[in-house]
Amino acid sequence: MSAFIPTPSTLDPAQACYDHTVLAGDHWVHEIKKGQTFRIVDLEGNQAADTLFYSAHDPVERYSASDTIRHQAALYLTTGTQLMSTRGNPLLTIVADTCGNHDTLGGACSRESNVMRYAFDKEPMHACRDSFIRGVQCWGHDLGKRDITCNINFFMNVPVSPDGQLRFADGVSGPGFYVEMRAEMDVIALISNCPQLNNPCNAYNPTPVRVLIWD
Amino acid sequence: MSHPLYTLELTGAGMWSRIIGRNKTLRLTDLEGGANVGMLLYHATERHERYNMPDTLKGQHIFYLRAPYCLHSDMGRLFASITQDTPGWHDTVCGGSDTALVHQKYGDKTFQAARNDFYRNARECFLIELSKWGMGERDLVPNINWFSKVTADESGKLNFVSHHSQAGDSVDLRFEMDTLVILNTCQHPLDPDPVYHPRRIKLEVFQSEPPAQDDPCLTVRPENARAYRNTQDFYLLAQ
Repeated sequence: MSAFIPTPSTLDPAQACYDHTVLAGDHWVHEIKKGQTFRIVDLEGNQAADTLFYSAHDPVERYSASDTIRHQAALYLTTGTQLMSTRGNPLLTIVADTCGNHDTLGGACSRESNVMRYAFDKEPMHACRDSFIRGVQCWGHDLGKRDITCNINFFMNVPVSPDGQLRFADGVSGPGFYVEMRAEMDVIALISNCPQLNNPCNAYNPTPVRVLIWD
Repeated sequence: MSHPLYTLELTGAGMWSRIIGRNKTLRLTDLEGGANVGMLLYHATERHERYNMPDTLKGQHIFYLRAPYCLHSDMGRLFASITQDTPGWHDTVCGGSDTALVHQKYGDKTFQAARNDFYRNARECFLIELSKWGMGERDLVPNINWFSKVTADESGKLNFVSHHSQAGDSVDLRFEMDTLVILNTCQHPLDPDPVYHPRRIKLEVFQSEPPAQDDPCLTVRPENARAYRNTQDFYLLAQ
């Protein structure tokens, strides 16, 4: 891994127009207007914030992991990354980052994938894709599972080796680390604050994240 | 393998979509070298169930596709097993080309100027074929790019490996679930070749035997065995 140089923000949390804590395992849906700045803070460290974005005006246009990877010809998300939509438009641009390693290959956990990955008796465990479904259902527009696509995992570390191995590794995030992005269009943010207990993505202890928005 | 049930040669930048039943094998053959086959997979009847790049990768601890690994759905089941594969590396993270990329990389060639040699892109090809099955933009997810090799360095920077697939290279997919297969032969989005030159492929479908208990695709990872059991359970209950 090349040396990461943190890019801190100058924004003052006291000046934010929105400030909310998403509890461990909960979901959160909120609109971010074009030009507003959105920050996610990993309050206690090593917490995966599974995140999807949609155009607020036409939710058929939504975050695309493969378009984002293709556009920057690189896997990991950090300052300068444009989060691209399925129509090839930038939804948001990452403008500050004190963690430096955000994943978009690992997707979200689901009850079905927990069975596949771990064991048949993990099926009842709370999982991100159920939270995503509840999130889009609460938002409306008759959205559901079909609208849940491959997400971003802020603060999650999924290193890929040059010979093509992929693993879920211990996080490189820590208490108070944050990532900040500027909305390039009116977007809806959907977070599942990951409840996964079967791998190190949350250090086996899901914790809250804080979300802030500045005009 | 026995005589194919079906054979088709598909042009460069061609499109194709069919339902392939379980226990049949689709063989893709690169006819010219340098082919790319963009592919999306959906459950034949339950179309909300679709190919899932993250589950396929994290479930098998891999960044690319090759034999003897499997293609996972987003419902903990298997669409297909990669039973044979000569190039040994296929991309599934880079997505496909779109209008802007083709314009920027190759310029424009319209139907008016070039008739059926006009420039196509993967996104439009996927959307055209999806629409024929009552589907659309909401069903677009990260696809597979058969025959294309893209590696990542330690910092995550991607490198497209040119001249990876040779004429005659092939990959076999044994379907474990009845699957709607949507594919096109547009060039890979990171192919640095400045010439628009999508390659022809051959498609063949064979009848195949259900996997044995020691099948390499199902024993390479315990995750695949559990996903296969979930797939079997689906048919046990539904049929």
